[in-house]
Amino acid sequence: MHEPYAVEMRGICKQFGSLVANDNVDFAVKAGEVHALLGENGAGKSTLMSMLSGVYRPTSGEILIRGRKVNIRSPKDALALGVGMVYQQFRLVHTLTAAENIILGEKSSVWRGASWMRRKIGEIGAVAERFGLNIEADRPVWQMSVGEQQRVEIVKVLYRGADIILLDEPTSVLTPGEADQLFETLRQLRAAGKTVILTTHKLREVMEIADRISVMRKGKMLKTLSRFETNERELAQLMVGRTVSGTVKPEPRLPGKPLLEVEELEVEAGKGRKAIRGLSLSVREGEIVGIAGVAGNGQSELAEVLAGLRPWSGGRIRVCGREWKQSSVRTAIESGVAHVPENRMKSGMAGSLGIVDNLLLKTYRKPERSRFGMLRGRQNREWARSLVEKFDVKAAGLDTPVRQLSGGNQQKLLFAREVDLGPNLMIAVHPTQGLDISAAESVHRLLLELRGAGRGVLLISEDLDEVMQLSDRILVMFGGTIVGETGRDGADRERIGLYMAGMHDVPGEEAS
Amino acid sequence: MNGKTAAAGIEREAAGARRRASIPRFRIEIDPVRGESPWWVPIAAVVAALAVCAVFIAANGISPLAVYKKMLMGAFGTKFGVTETLVKSIPLLLCGIGVSIAYRISFWNIGAEGQFLAGAMAATAVTIYMPDLPASIALPLMTAAGIAAGGLWGLLTAVPRAYFQVNELISSLMLNYVALLLLDYFVFGPWRDPGGLNFPGSPMFTADQSLPTFGRTRLHFGLVFALAAVLLYAFVFRYTRWGYELRLIGANPEAARNAGISLNRQLLLVMLASGGLAGLAGMAEVSGVAHRLMYGISPGYGYTAIIVAWIARLHPLGLVVSAFLFGGLIVGGYSVQTLGLPSATSEMLQGAVLFAVIAGAALGRVRVRRVR
Repeated sequence: MHEPYAVEMRGICKQFGSLVANDNVDFAVKAGEVHALLGENGAGKSTLMSMLSGVYRPTSGEILIRGRKVNIRSPKDALALGVGMVYQQFRLVHTLTAAENIILGEKSSVWRGASWMRRKIGEIGAVAERFGLNIEADRPVWQMSVGEQQRVEIVKVLYRGADIILLDEPTSVLTPGEADQLFETLRQLRAAGKTVILTTHKLREVMEIADRISVMRKGKMLKTLSRFETNERELAQLMVGRTVSGTVKPEPRLPGKPLLEVEELEVEAGKGRKAIRGLSLSVREGEIVGIAGVAGNGQSELAEVLAGLRPWSGGRIRVCGREWKQSSVRTAIESGVAHVPENRMKSGMAGSLGIVDNLLLKTYRKPERSRFGMLRGRQNREWARSLVEKFDVKAAGLDTPVRQLSGGNQQKLLFAREVDLGPNLMIAVHPTQGLDISAAESVHRLLLELRGAGRGVLLISEDLDEVMQLSDRILVMFGGTIVGETGRDGADRERIGLYMAGMHDVPGEEAS
Repeated sequence: MNGKTAAAGIEREAAGARRRASIPRFRIEIDPVRGESPWWVPIAAVVAALAVCAVFIAANGISPLAVYKKMLMGAFGTKFGVTETLVKSIPLLLCGIGVSIAYRISFWNIGAEGQFLAGAMAATAVTIYMPDLPASIALPLMTAAGIAAGGLWGLLTAVPRAYFQVNELISSLMLNYVALLLLDYFVFGPWRDPGGLNFPGSPMFTADQSLPTFGRTRLHFGLVFALAAVLLYAFVFRYTRWGYELRLIGANPEAARNAGISLNRQLLLVMLASGGLAGLAGMAEVSGVAHRLMYGISPGYGYTAIIVAWIARLHPLGLVVSAFLFGGLIVGGYSVQTLGLPSATSEMLQGAVLFAVIAGAALGRVRVRRVR
């Protein structure tokens, strides 16, 4: 009889409201292998893992652990089945020591004297040593490096008896050296017979550590491959996809004068690191410039600088020929820069306020909106009503708190506000993230309308389909700078995919 | 390889499932959409507090109903009671509006007591160092001094918070004790009335230094200050640009930054206003009620104002109602002493009400859901 899989997920669907995060996913992991779950951000990897670890429950579909059908209701249930998860954001109490974190929640003994603690530290040390995990059990967590904290998390999971270990984007927070150390640990876990599943979007890592690889895209499971029968090229292709799904297509048109010129921009990330190094780009009238790239390569910082929210340390920024002296939101608004931020409810809107107040956010200082320090109440309401109608925002009323609107309507409202500014330049960051198809299409249409009206758009997105569908030019960002550029016609998905994954020769230690 | 533990795990799981199937399970969770608890929660909280305190009153061998009735009559039953209640509610309302403004932008100013005392001291300083001014100059000057001193005392909290991230809860609370000791220094030291038989208080104010009263009652002009402040508070938040900026900061500071609002600058302005109102309350209390600066000038108005603001949910009309009720609670507290209960009974009630209101606000967002 053939050996059952350690984990088998059949026909898993998970919906969040109207958003389908996982669409009929089949996923199987053999016992004792290191299995990588590969995909871009938003592909549904973390959602799938969360269902395995009991954080979410599937809308439909079944989960089998070691060949037996199970019902995982909580992380505790998962752990009872031997499934333990190491989260991307560690769940550690910083003021406690490693050992205290590991035994947190343990109910074995009421009396916890020094000798009990010593015994526990011994047990933890034994577990750590068995898998070559070097931790100091009696050091407080806040004194530890990120790599060490991750090791504490792994020991915690092992100590609690897990033999199926999930790691969500384990290398996203690590330095290259720490990542190598992690891979060594994973190999030892495999040698000890543990099953390891990790999610990632980094091709190099996958090829280095995984035995088998499953590729996900847009909530669907595409393919499971053995490392020996594939290569990075094929994986990159699978990950970014082949088909253009959208229906909205731009008309060809000649771009005009430059609207945004950025030269040799340098932005600090704190602790002496640079988020952006020597980045230059331009956006012209009637042009959509797409920035593709994997999250965390400086895109958010670039958008914040251009929105006036973050200072820069070197280089020059000119908008419509006028040079910016210093970082200021007011300057950005006055220069006609509209900004659709990456997390609309976090920084773009005030969820508890109504539609009128949210629409006023950038224009309330204008004489049409306020006079003698007083808001023009009735006039503003009428203006808000006309925008709601024009942009087809569906809401119960103008005073409805915007957090009660659907994601698509929130985004439409945000676009209504920004487009109504009559912007010269629109910075749109992940503008369709979390939207369903029809809402995403109306957002795309709005961006193309701006382009048609001779405005410039800087589209920053991790969705390569979106970038390729809309952009006149595509720039690929990696390690805080532009590593590749391609026009619409010369756009080669495969090459862009490799650029995104850092597979190119760029100087500097970030090239990985 | 780990077949045994795995099998055990699955059995545990199965047993758990059977157990869960027989008993309906309920889950308590926080409603992600509902931002505020329903309107009746503060009322329910007051009722709950009265019920809890009834136990303690009954434990003293006195009928709680009789006590509550006595308090009610004492505070609201007679003309004298009502005017006394109004007198007490003036500082409560002014300080309550003050802290409400700060709370609107999530700045936890609990230093209204200190700001109140700073205002009282500054107004008194005018009477000490410029004793012979006519009323038309003395009273506006005292008012301005009270507001300015309260506002500056507020800035002592706001500046460290804005520029050095010092927690305002701690600094504003600590500054209350600084102000209290400063007051003690003045009334026991340089400002002590030489003809006051060692009483720790400044000389009595002259008629020119006292706020006018309504008829023959103790109700003074401060009531006009308080009501004007309420109207201004409601108006600013509802109709003005500044009010919009503050609402935006309160709802989402990040979005406010995106709108080009300087959070630090607004913080300073808000604390200037917040402290200024408490300072005005202090001025009105010395000039309208006590007619001198004295030891223990405030029975904790600044602290009670925090409760007043929370019960009102920072709403202008709510502030008027809750300030009046708490004024009544203080006056009623005096009248129960004749029943043999300490006047601290009213403090117990205040504390219980605050506790219940905060619990109600937290629990109001929670819903109980049956788990399938």
